[in-house]
Amino acid sequence: MAVKVSMTVNGKAVSHEVEERTLLVNYIRETLGLTGTHVGCDTAQCGACTVHMDGKAIKSCNIVAMQAEGTKITTIEGVASADGTLHPMQQAFKEHHGLQCGFCTPGMIMSAIDLVKNFPNPTDTQIREQLEGNLCRCTGYHNIVKAIKAASADPKSAVIGG
Amino acid sequence: MYAFNYKKAQSVDEATKALAADGEAKLLAGGQSLIASMKLRLAQPSQLVDLGKVEALRYIKVAGSTVEIGAMTNHATVAASAEVKKAIPALAALAGDIGDRQVRNMGTIGGSVALNDPAADYPAACLGLGATIITTKRKIAADDFFLGMYETALEVGEIITGFSFPVPKRAAYMKFKNPASRFALVGVFVAETAQGPRVAVTGAGPGVFRVKDMEAALAKSFTPEAVAGIKVPADNLNSDLHAQADYRAHLITVMARRAVEKALQ
Repeated sequence: MAVKVSMTVNGKAVSHEVEERTLLVNYIRETLGLTGTHVGCDTAQCGACTVHMDGKAIKSCNIVAMQAEGTKITTIEGVASADGTLHPMQQAFKEHHGLQCGFCTPGMIMSAIDLVKNFPNPTDTQIREQLEGNLCRCTGYHNIVKAIKAASADPKSAVIGG
Repeated sequence: MYAFNYKKAQSVDEATKALAADGEAKLLAGGQSLIASMKLRLAQPSQLVDLGKVEALRYIKVAGSTVEIGAMTNHATVAASAEVKKAIPALAALAGDIGDRQVRNMGTIGGSVALNDPAADYPAACLGLGATIITTKRKIAADDFFLGMYETALEVGEIITGFSFPVPKRAAYMKFKNPASRFALVGVFVAETAQGPRVAVTGAGPGVFRVKDMEAALAKSFTPEAVAGIKVPADNLNSDLHAQADYRAHLITVMARRAVEKALQ
């Protein structure tokens, strides 16, 4: 069996026939070829698959693509400007060395943008609490927290395409 | 995940019909437990009937002495609601501490209560506040709703549409999290309601339950000291690699005392 799924991904309308059981993350990676969204644990714990659905961070390995029907999805490929200028959150991760191996980074950045949107001037404790859904197995949390804290000073860090 | 058919319901009626036509179909709310259990092949529905587009099930209304919440309202919405924070701050705080932020953006109150996971938070709020669960067929008191591990009073084809929470005089929820999964190893919801104090425990046993001894003690004196010496027997509590039954029993007393302290703040 197959169903037709349509949504907007990074501002572009997309539509495909998929199997009902296709996870959103597999649709994004395999059908759309946007491999910046990672599959870490595949059990909704690590957050490497975090994308935004209608402006809210969700774990794309824990929903089927059909649940995203008609929504606006933003992946890590959609956060930088068209001219390649990094998003303020990406820039902050670069400046503060908020990554080691980089595997968790796309999910961390997507989660961090949503975090700063909901907690405009987060304390270190708030950042650590609100990052509960993202794991870094290099355990590079200190610099990730530093990067998010630094980025939060710029209101643009909470906006995509702003 | 095994293959299944998918139906996006446009209304509760449509969902009811789809369930009636297929005995092996399951409702999909936010899917934060269901999709995970299907990936593990612990659940194998023939069809998912998705309530995601049924906007009529997303609402928060505070009317007089009750807070009404639609079944498809997600945890993040309840946690951020100024109305809920004002009427029952303990309920907003509980919603804001379920899972993680991404899960709270998808997971719903109706899905959580219908599943009745033994470590879920919302069942403790329902039982602790003496909520009413509203379905397509009837209104069910929380005391009659939770029957045991993953077991509820819901009949086949019956759909939760909303919840009615009476506003308590004061309430608080304290949970001792499993350090890895962050699920409640033990969570205790304490409320001083119009009908007297209520104490509901999640995570410790096969399902959420009340501690009548603590309620009686709190009725005499709503103070942390009143519950600090009350032990819950470990006989029917869970023992697993995360905690032995006697440790969970100990945590119930500690969390109950802390919840009363918090409720009084």
